[in-house]
Amino acid sequence: MPEPITVRVTVNGKRFEQTCEPRKLLVDFLREDLGLTGTHVGCEHGVCGACTILFNGEAVRSCIMLAVQADGAELGTIEGLAEDGEFHPLQQAFHENHGLQCGFCTPGVLMLALDFLRLNPSPTDQEIREAISAVLCRCTGYRDIVRSIAAAAGKMRTARTR
Amino acid sequence: MKPAIFEYHAPTTIDAAIGLLARYQGEARLLAGGQSLLPMMNFRLVSPAAIIDLNRIPDLAYIRNENGTVRLGAMTRQRTVEFSPIVAKYLPLLVEAIKFVAHLPIRSRGTIGGSIAHADPAAELPMVLQALEGEVVARGPAGERLIKATDLFQGLLTTSLAPDEMIVEVRLAAIPAHAGCAVEEFARRRGDFAIAAVAAVVERAGERCIKARLATAGIGSTSVRLTAAEAILERDGLGDTVIEEAAAKAAEMVSPLSDQQASVEYRRHLTRVLTERALRRARSIH
Amino acid sequence: MAEPSRMPYVGRSMLRREDRRLLLGEGQYVGDLQLPRMLHAAFVRSPMAHARIRSVDLARAAAAPGVALVLSGTELAQLLPTIPDHQVSLPSKWRTAVRHHILNPQQALLAADKVRHVGEAFAVVVAESRYAAEDAAALVEAQFDPLPAVVDPEDGLRPSAPIVHEQFGTNLICELAVAKGDAEGALRDAPHRLQRRFHHHRYAALPIECRGVVGAYDARTHSLTIWSATQVVHWVRREVAATLGMPEARVRCVALDVGGGFGVKGHVYPEDLLIPFLARRLGRPVKWIEDRHEHLMCSCHSRDQIHDVEIGFDGDGRIRAFHDRFLVDCGAFNPIGSGAMYNTIAHLIGPYRIDHFAAEAKIVATNKVPNAPYRGAGRPEAALVTERVMDLIAARLELEPAEVRRRNMIRPEEMPYHLGILYRDGEPIIYDGGDYPAALEKALIAVGGLAAFRRRQSEARREGRHLGIGIGCYTEGTGAGPFEGATVRIEPSGKIFVASGACPQGQGMETIFSQIVADIWSVEPEDVVISLADTAAIPMGFGTIASRSTVTLSAAIHHASERLRKKTFAIAANLLECGSEDLELRNGMVGVIGVPGMAVPLGKVAQAARPGWDHGRPPGVKAGLDETYYWEPPTVTWSYAVHAAIVEVDVGTGGIKIERYAVAHDCGVVVNPMLVEGQIIGGTVQGIGGGLFERFAYDSDGQLLTGSLMDYMMPTASDVPDIALAHQHSPSPLNPLGVKGLGEGGAIAPPVAIANAVADALAPFRAEFNVTPIMPEQIVAAVRQGAVKNTHTQLGVQP
Repeated sequence: MPEPITVRVTVNGKRFEQTCEPRKLLVDFLREDLGLTGTHVGCEHGVCGACTILFNGEAVRSCIMLAVQADGAELGTIEGLAEDGEFHPLQQAFHENHGLQCGFCTPGVLMLALDFLRLNPSPTDQEIREAISAVLCRCTGYRDIVRSIAAAAGKMRTARTR
Repeated sequence: MKPAIFEYHAPTTIDAAIGLLARYQGEARLLAGGQSLLPMMNFRLVSPAAIIDLNRIPDLAYIRNENGTVRLGAMTRQRTVEFSPIVAKYLPLLVEAIKFVAHLPIRSRGTIGGSIAHADPAAELPMVLQALEGEVVARGPAGERLIKATDLFQGLLTTSLAPDEMIVEVRLAAIPAHAGCAVEEFARRRGDFAIAAVAAVVERAGERCIKARLATAGIGSTSVRLTAAEAILERDGLGDTVIEEAAAKAAEMVSPLSDQQASVEYRRHLTRVLTERALRRARSIH
Repeated sequence: MAEPSRMPYVGRSMLRREDRRLLLGEGQYVGDLQLPRMLHAAFVRSPMAHARIRSVDLARAAAAPGVALVLSGTELAQLLPTIPDHQVSLPSKWRTAVRHHILNPQQALLAADKVRHVGEAFAVVVAESRYAAEDAAALVEAQFDPLPAVVDPEDGLRPSAPIVHEQFGTNLICELAVAKGDAEGALRDAPHRLQRRFHHHRYAALPIECRGVVGAYDARTHSLTIWSATQVVHWVRREVAATLGMPEARVRCVALDVGGGFGVKGHVYPEDLLIPFLARRLGRPVKWIEDRHEHLMCSCHSRDQIHDVEIGFDGDGRIRAFHDRFLVDCGAFNPIGSGAMYNTIAHLIGPYRIDHFAAEAKIVATNKVPNAPYRGAGRPEAALVTERVMDLIAARLELEPAEVRRRNMIRPEEMPYHLGILYRDGEPIIYDGGDYPAALEKALIAVGGLAAFRRRQSEARREGRHLGIGIGCYTEGTGAGPFEGATVRIEPSGKIFVASGACPQGQGMETIFSQIVADIWSVEPEDVVISLADTAAIPMGFGTIASRSTVTLSAAIHHASERLRKKTFAIAANLLECGSEDLELRNGMVGVIGVPGMAVPLGKVAQAARPGWDHGRPPGVKAGLDETYYWEPPTVTWSYAVHAAIVEVDVGTGGIKIERYAVAHDCGVVVNPMLVEGQIIGGTVQGIGGGLFERFAYDSDGQLLTGSLMDYMMPTASDVPDIALAHQHSPSPLNPLGVKGLGEGGAIAPPVAIANAVADALAPFRAEFNVTPIMPEQIVAAVRQGAVKNTHTQLGVQP
């Protein structure tokens, strides 16, 4: 049996230290070892994007990373988006524009959107569509996700908070 | 879909990594970006005895232009390549191709060395290496050697790397400013592996084509150079009829695979169509 | 009931109350459930399509680290029976009227004698973690004697075919016939005839959340709790109780947040019974979360029908006769029986006047994953046939496809329209309202107008570009029975509690029903407390499938509230010392009409309703302030829509781009427009997926070739255009609110609208697209063959 490894990671600004098997997937580590079940598992082969989190600020698919790869990293997950229970502009925009139905892909979509909007703060609708083609949604048909992100982009440019 | 048990190593030097490769005698896998390896492991299509994680080795990720050759460390993330000013300036073909590679979150982790070493027949980066006549620096227990693109890709997911060798650097000659390049890819959806793709680089002097390079992805079991088609262009120029002839030659030359996505015949047809389109676009860029 | 001057909540695009927890990452899906001492299950699934199980050796698996239990089908067969064979009962009205023959193969919870499809489970491992369980599952050693596989339903009907269920001696497990008028005679007499085969292929719901079940047994009360990502909690509870020999009162089934269902989670699966059994046996909670690889090979597939039609029509394009013989490939088991197949029959006529109609259908067992309803449930298959027929008639007569439809469409003044055949509830189909021609016009306008498109198409053709327009029309029976229930209770706090067996998977039911209850009781939506998908909250329920919950639950709530209001007024009248007839509901109170100061809060009435000393009830009024009503719909109510698609086809690569897409839709009274639009668009994109991308493929040995999301392709945001919507409203006469169902509709028409558009784009090549999905390679082949046809025509040669 391989030696368990210790993972020291910061998630949403909070430090964690947990031991696990080397083969533990990062998404399972987050959900089971750290109790952060907001990130979801949809395919376990890096296609659907439901497991998308921020890894040192960049969107990654946590189902095809090992927990051990996060040792020393700073992660961002859905649980860290709101501040003191108050919605981030992205969350507010999704709420106002019906950007979610079952909510299962939503955490992945939001984390991807965060990365995308930092790279491209004033996207066209077409650019948003291309960016979110990285995540599969079965409920919304994508229209309201695009609208939500476009609305959020506007608010975030005005606010320049994050 | 959980991976099987493996021993985990995170060496901090290249030599240590190579030593581990030698120790496990082909039963270990290198972990670079993991974007191809982890899915296979989650399906238990591969269950290596050990994983050698390259992500803790410093100085394996860099992009430098040295005397007209762009040198990229093997662990350079595709995302870094995508946004690199050096790549934008000297390797426009690579910029165009990298936008076809999956999606942003995959490119956040995937590496240039990893993609080339994995040699997926439908991947875009091996095609770029071929089209730009690039080479890789491979290091093994005996030291380093240069492997040209034409000598690297041997078959489906197979390179000429020895079991105890790893790629440490990718070298691509800067594309001359007067050259035109284009990537034409056909895939079912944005970000999918290519069903067929052709990369073209052409240098012209007046009516003559002084250099033409054509490479494929997605068509056969490896990325290949369409040398006979290149010869037609270098002999007869870049007129419409010549391009059609070169495209027909390209379709003749390739050995297409058949799978769920496409038959041999259809891939052959796409070879012709995409070669033509890539050449038309490449010749018009000046 | 409530004072009229309030702005109603029904009709408003209220934001969803579900959103907060989901956006914060605080949703709770079955995979998120963590219970003390919980164990994890992994199944061992057949690598073969058809084989006898010679032996299963569990010894190495049982000895693996962290393993608590391993079980094979043979051992389980000693302990538990098979899944009961009638998941959906057929009403006697239907059974006596429709000629049918149905056999129902019963699925063992774990295969014991034979495996009948790749992916069928034959053993289960329970261990400390899913990782350990998968390790142990890999150590199970099974010996199989392979049998030839049935992979084609037509082959499955040949005398020499291998038999999937030997006890039947045949793979023909269902046969139905429905007829109206004299199709044979009308076909003979028709001036024109055409004959075609259509194949609507095998694809499925693929929600982003796979299935999952957690079972926990409480030894103190001898009771079981099951958390399942299901659309049918009461069915699961009933089957678990029956299978495990427990009183229903000791079995509770709850669906937490469910990450999409679309029908695939709409019936009882073996795991729904097996996981609770294991939990009871082990005395520890057991969790099973299906992974995607499993999902593709054991959660039900859908569609997969082959139709051979003969159509008779006249020179004006009017259909005189419609005869359809079709096969359904139902895979190895048939959990919903003739449900989807009969839906196809019932929806073939669509929005058209067809007096002579006959359909004969067969369901054939094969060695593939079982077939169960998915969004549309047999209606997309019908639409592919009828809507392609319309375009083929148009091509034959050189008419506009839209014009052929207009000539055949039932006109609004003909409503209500008696179709002349029965629905699957045994009731005669009566289209209860709607304007199909107007919807057709709206859809065409929404994509820029037909005449304008034809001009653009000609110009494009001159430039060597190929644009096409395609239409898909359908009618949809929604809000089916047998029933749905609602409990409405007024609390001493004044809040209104509503419980139902409806099971949401993202539709926004908590929001919709709070709007409805707020209007009925004149309260604010925040004052409505809703419990759904929990068998502990209401004794009986049916669940959420078949576009039914808004219709059936709103009606149940209405009727329960009607009765409860009478009682509430009786008690309030007692408190206010007036007559019931003087009272009205206003802003959370019961007040005397015309006397603003004279009112009592609902909460006070609830307190007064309590039993015991000093209650406030008048004589003869029983204690408590709640009502439960089970609403049994008289029959289905009819939604409809027209889809229009404009595509551009790249004849070089075969690539298809959808340039514009529009839906003109009627679902009666709309409770929440924003949510309605979300449902239509979501369904439409799934339909586009079915038309162009999604496909299950099997080889001749029955091996599943599409075992990952790289192979089974779903549409992404850049594959679909923005979708324009137009609305019509023909209120339903069949329920108090006038609503109609809409959850499935979007998925019905896109495959055929796209097939028609591609055929229109390639009209110069005389290409037909009668098989889905439409693949680029087929386009390249059609162009090549068409060029040959055209060359031969020019040369005057027979192709």
